Amino acid sequence: MKKYFPYVGLIASIIFLLISCDSLIPGGPNPDETLDGPIDGLSSEEQLQFNRGDAAFAEVFTASNGLGPVFVATSCASCHAGDGKGHPFTTLTRFGQFDSTGNQYLPQGGPQLQHRAIPGYNPESLPAGAPFAKILPPANTGLGFLDAVSDAYIMSNADPNDANGDGISGRSNWVSVPGYLSLRPGTLIVNSKCIGRFGKKGAAYDLLHQTANAYNQDMGISSEYEAIDTYSHQAVTPEVSSETVNDVVFYLKTLKAPIQRNQNDPDVIAGKNIFSMIGCDKCHLLQMQTDYSPIAALSYKTFYPYTDMLLHDMGPGLDDGYTEGFALTSEWKTPPLWGLGLSKISQGGQYYLMHDGRALGIEAAILLHGGESQSSKNAYDLLSGTDQTNLIKFLESL
Amino acid sequence: MIKKLLFTFFLITTVSLVSGQIITTDSTKKDSSMLLNMDAVYNRPFLQMGKIPIAIGGYVEANGQYLGTDGVSEGFSFQMRRFTIFMSSTIMKKIKFLAEVEFEDGTKEINIEFAAIDLEFHPMLNLRAGIIMNPIGAFNQNHDGPKWEFIDRPIEATQLLPATWSNVGAGIHGKLFKKNWAFAYELYLTNGFNANIISNDANRTSLAAAKLDIFRFEESFNGSPLTTAKIAIKNRKIGELGISYMGGIYNKFKDDGIRIDKERRVDAMAIDFNTTLPKINTYINIEASAIWLDIPSTYTQQFGSLQWGGFIDIVQPIVRKRMFGWKNASINLAFRAEYVDWNVGTFIETGGDMVEDVVAITPGISFRPSRQTVIRVNYKYQWTRDILGNPPSHTGGFQFGVASYF
Repeated sequence: MKKYFPYVGLIASIIFLLISCDSLIPGGPNPDETLDGPIDGLSSEEQLQFNRGDAAFAEVFTASNGLGPVFVATSCASCHAGDGKGHPFTTLTRFGQFDSTGNQYLPQGGPQLQHRAIPGYNPESLPAGAPFAKILPPANTGLGFLDAVSDAYIMSNADPNDANGDGISGRSNWVSVPGYLSLRPGTLIVNSKCIGRFGKKGAAYDLLHQTANAYNQDMGISSEYEAIDTYSHQAVTPEVSSETVNDVVFYLKTLKAPIQRNQNDPDVIAGKNIFSMIGCDKCHLLQMQTDYSPIAALSYKTFYPYTDMLLHDMGPGLDDGYTEGFALTSEWKTPPLWGLGLSKISQGGQYYLMHDGRALGIEAAILLHGGESQSSKNAYDLLSGTDQTNLIKFLESL
Repeated sequence: MIKKLLFTFFLITTVSLVSGQIITTDSTKKDSSMLLNMDAVYNRPFLQMGKIPIAIGGYVEANGQYLGTDGVSEGFSFQMRRFTIFMSSTIMKKIKFLAEVEFEDGTKEINIEFAAIDLEFHPMLNLRAGIIMNPIGAFNQNHDGPKWEFIDRPIEATQLLPATWSNVGAGIHGKLFKKNWAFAYELYLTNGFNANIISNDANRTSLAAAKLDIFRFEESFNGSPLTTAKIAIKNRKIGELGISYMGGIYNKFKDDGIRIDKERRVDAMAIDFNTTLPKINTYINIEASAIWLDIPSTYTQQFGSLQWGGFIDIVQPIVRKRMFGWKNASINLAFRAEYVDWNVGTFIETGGDMVEDVVAITPGISFRPSRQTVIRVNYKYQWTRDILGNPPSHTGGFQFGVASYF
């Protein structure tokens, strides 16, 4: 009998391993601990396109498949690790425009500095005297919801002349729309310009506009949409297919919205009340509503981005002297706060906040608020230590 | 270039002269316990039929695996990792030839890993020419699947160093034996690396990416040879220690005679050690290496200028006896720990550390009906961090497979 023990042991071991397959592989983090992943409710066809877009988002470009020759990063994912905010390593420099008359430095490589180059080429350098701002790559999460908000909804929160006298005067950036874009139903057009809603200054009309620009300006990858090479300034053969660009756009549209954590924690609840009490929610709106979207899972949804998608004067401390579209140099589009507490997991364990990552913590970011947000910043200063802590706990829960 | 040739000539001459003075032991008297890693290419089971002067052999590696990353698995897969055929021939006394052709993942990759002729002028002076396995580290020389208790090859050896790394070239090697000691050296000039090592879809410096250049057996990428040298010393009771170096120019610095860039070097150093502990027969194998590159300062820091890593394998036979009719069958416990840092340095922008590393452990158990055949089961767990040092992705799962010489 004993001589069969090894056989029995071997068979039992294999059976054990097979039935344990799922329990032997490492589990993933909870959905509320990550920024990536699709929205609920995608059809199988949409899920496949999401997967294609995910793969294209991670694609690494090299000299052999079109990188550069001057560039900032080698892939989309390099700047948006885990679909979160970027890191100073991949911070962009935009330059050349200081008012609404347009970019004066386009012949010198504006509007974006490609400060890296493949071997054998020289990268761009910032022209002397050019106004510039550093731009930290934003998180990608929930962008489809922001894209599906109607212009009318955005304008309903605008108050360009501060008619209500609360010191907050949000307004839209009006931008020229490239011919390759299809306008959303209900798009408002004023003097041939449309509302820009993506980018730190709101200079991009939609996610295709943003994505085609990013391929071109960040990686030096030309497409049918943006065919001018950033190095030669000549039209070149597309280096990425329109299908791939559209897959990436679909991926960005269908990334889930960040899920708030610890919502029932009393400190978080208290922090949320303080957030409204000191007026943060005048710009960082608690909720928004999408309109119709061709992606059913995005249509007519209420969501919680903590932004109004409008430009606000943030005061001289955040005025870098550079702008885009019709925005003033001191104006920045209210960034969504959702996912704020998860920023560190895409930024190497360290917060880099505000448009250029200059704030190394949430409190430091609050204290940098000026201009229209000065009163809220002042109110924060006057809070008790406990209230300040609760407010930050609430922001970390987003 | 001239300096290099003069240096090589000087070295060959010196080695020849010195060897003529100090050889005291006939190499034919060595036994198998004094085989070194450099002997692995010939130390394989070959089959010779009749008086045909050619011996043939080979090995096969197949496995199944169920792996997943962060809760997502592609499910269960069978893999035919390698099917390798080797052929050797003693052309005449002291002249021999060996070739090794490998099919990886079915026919996805078909490579000539070794095809070289050896001429023995003296035990301490052999000329080798053809497609040579550069002797960097030990694994590159001694990588046959049936010799290992692990299904995956070491990350350090295959992804940091580019094993299996073969190139066209020529050089010399030799050995001497004295009582319980063996000393060996190898020195080769071969075709070398190319710009793929800093331009690849791994998005990091990768010497292994040089293998994507399909013309590398046809001509040098930049006309500059790669130097590979190794010295090894072995004591019958202590073990074998090897120190190796590989370096050369990796970029194309001239095009049609016009200088387009400065010459940029890649240099690698490796150290390896293996021993078998007396009485308990625990086999320990260690290899570590570091790589330095000259990368243009205007390129991206994504591609590191310094990398290092290593692994340790521990194999403990627990049963050795007749089993299932096989006379010298054995059951072994095995454990591998490995680490590679792909990008050593700090960010220009923040001064913070660039991380991008991988840590893996692999416990396993193997059954060997004989030394030539192994059935093995591994459980692998790997932590991978990106350049920013974000929370690691976790990959894990089990693999089981068989590998055998034939």
